[in-house]
Amino acid sequence: MTKKVAIVAVAQTKYEENYYRQSELVYQCVEKVLDETGLAFEEGKGIDSAVTASDDFWDARTISDTPIGDVVGAHYRTEEKVAQDGAQAAFYAYMEILSGHSDIVLVAAHCKESQSLSRNIITNAGFDPYFQRPLGLDHLVAAALQAKRYMHTYGVTRGQCAKAVVKSHKNGKNNPYVTKAKDITVEDVLKSKMLAYPISELDIHPVTDGACALILAEEEKAKKIADKLVWIKGASNCYDAFYLGNRDLANCDSLVSAAKRAYKMAGIKNPLKEIDVAEISTRYSYQEPLWTEGLGFCGRGGGGKLLDEGVTEMGGAFPVNPSGGVLVGCPYITAGLARVAEIALQLRGEAGARQVSGAETGLAHGTSGPCGQLHCVLILGK
Amino acid sequence: MVKKNRNVAIVGVGQTYHKRRRPDVTQVELVNEAVSAALKDAQLDIADIDVIVHGNMELFEGNYQGDMWHVDGDGAYMKSGIRITTGGTTGGTLVCATDNIVASGLYDVALCIGFEKMEEGEATGGITGMADPLWFRWMMSGALSGASFAESLEALTMEQLERLELVAAKLRVQLADNAARNPYAHLRMKLTIDDVMNSRLLVYPLRLLHMCPESSGACALILASEKKAERITDKPVWIKDHVTTHLEDFVVGVITEAESTMRRCARKLYERNKITNPLKQIDTFEMYDPNVWWHMDWMTEFLFLKPGENIEMIEKGITALEGDFPINASGGVVSTNPIGATAMLRVAEAALQIRGDAGERQIPKEVNTAMASSFGGSTWSILNLLTKEKPM
Repeated sequence: MTKKVAIVAVAQTKYEENYYRQSELVYQCVEKVLDETGLAFEEGKGIDSAVTASDDFWDARTISDTPIGDVVGAHYRTEEKVAQDGAQAAFYAYMEILSGHSDIVLVAAHCKESQSLSRNIITNAGFDPYFQRPLGLDHLVAAALQAKRYMHTYGVTRGQCAKAVVKSHKNGKNNPYVTKAKDITVEDVLKSKMLAYPISELDIHPVTDGACALILAEEEKAKKIADKLVWIKGASNCYDAFYLGNRDLANCDSLVSAAKRAYKMAGIKNPLKEIDVAEISTRYSYQEPLWTEGLGFCGRGGGGKLLDEGVTEMGGAFPVNPSGGVLVGCPYITAGLARVAEIALQLRGEAGARQVSGAETGLAHGTSGPCGQLHCVLILGK
Repeated sequence: MVKKNRNVAIVGVGQTYHKRRRPDVTQVELVNEAVSAALKDAQLDIADIDVIVHGNMELFEGNYQGDMWHVDGDGAYMKSGIRITTGGTTGGTLVCATDNIVASGLYDVALCIGFEKMEEGEATGGITGMADPLWFRWMMSGALSGASFAESLEALTMEQLERLELVAAKLRVQLADNAARNPYAHLRMKLTIDDVMNSRLLVYPLRLLHMCPESSGACALILASEKKAERITDKPVWIKDHVTTHLEDFVVGVITEAESTMRRCARKLYERNKITNPLKQIDTFEMYDPNVWWHMDWMTEFLFLKPGENIEMIEKGITALEGDFPINASGGVVSTNPIGATAMLRVAEAALQIRGDAGERQIPKEVNTAMASSFGGSTWSILNLLTKEKPM
């Protein structure tokens, strides 16, 4: 594999509850990346094809990519929909370019969490209809089970997890796309309304709508499009078992595997030393310490200590989620692609007040399914 | 010619038998039936598979991101994978995507799985849900909205219409005969022209027997890189090229170009692969034919026929299994339609014809090149071109 693929443009919407239609949300990003690159939808010369990420359930629409085709250039052209987290869409678009079928691909993800009565109604439908769905399991309840199991096994506390929330809100204030950042303390998190023990209202990502888009291009064309190129150096993903009882929820084995494969591809031996910044998808506070363990930033059970020591703070040795991440508001589906976009901004040195100085190599992570059943890891470099 | 990074071949084909209802299996077990069949066909173990590509239309079953639950049936546990869906074209997109994934060089052996358990939902409601909720949903009536082709019949005389209805019936009987020879087909019934002509009228001129059924079933294909493929099987079927042609959803008053996505898709495929005479250079065509009227129309579009040539070809039996240019030797979509698998079944059946492994439904003439189409979304088309000969 000699081909190289670069991210040549990124765009995001604000993450807030709004009344835009799905296609309008996506178009806000598409317009920006087209303007930035000067590209048009033109096979062979401009954008060859589009990869979108959305979900029929969130959009309450069968074949949720039909209206999106209108704004991603699907006029007698290729558009393919990844019905999962947006990081998967970036990963697939990367492979599409490596395959030789396309040279320049537009990737766009969107989700409107505010449109549904409750996120739990949708994620409840993600459980099997015979045994688990009637019990009322949804992603929140499943996450609570995982959080309890994780805390019990490694002695990680609610207070340590709350530090991830405080950090997210603090960092989110530096991110113009974030609208839900507040001045909060660990106390505020611990005292906020309990939803499913040990997860309280502030432990979970607030409801938002939003879209994100990127343009990926193969090396030769990329060099002509943009000056600051961000290369995809490694990428992989991995599924865990579905039934929660078939997994040890205290660990995240599929993340360990996905990360190992991505590191191998990118030639990374010591992630903590060789990666400068990470954007990881943490929908619940306990997931920040747990995912950092899975990614090998620390040993098993060491994620709490990482937060205590401030290693992952802005200005720390290894900043995690300088954008504020998902905990301060970034919807399902969009979340993973937005992490990729944020790392691209970091490596281009265009992250404004949330910039990590001297970032050369970054990690973006997305997850789908209950309790992080599927993880996707991308390594980006300058 | 597309500058593909490396050659990819189909090395395993699996499908379930299809029925209106499969109460004997869960979705997971249904998926597993097709996956196990594909693995058996390729003489591989699930450990040999590097990546799983999963797809269906989730609002038909009301199952959010079904790939998570289906890990137990498709074997994705601790493997890489992705879920890709594009409505009716899903099965075709899964093949294109899996081809891309293997050609990328990141994975050598990949399994794609498309399925639908139509009994667990309500198809007309599911399909109506794809229309724009503000502008079009109120006037959408599921798959029957497709009867809009009736407009093009308005200019015909009664005599011409009667001939067309007779040809539609003859075509349906021909497809039923093919399906009767396909042990996996859903509707395997002996039909007469009278049966078709007298079947219940849905929306003129569309009759019940002109339409595709709702089936429950699954299809799985195993794709491998050139090096692996030649080690796995003596009869690799090469994916020479694929073209996807989508169109905007909001077309009213916006799109002025008259060309169908079928014609545009075929034009691109033919240009890239130096096909100037599809009827001679392609040996068989597996078409996604949701009803026999579209089957007739799309023959003209995909194969660049002269006006009326499609009718003549059907009348003369040229598209029959024993004919010069067999179309849907499997019985087609009017015989079997598990939506998320339907388009993949087209590719699977075309591959079996090239291998000579189609059993009783094997086309008697030699099949070296086969084409398979997908249909879905807002009149989207996909074509996959398969060859016996390894692409350069």
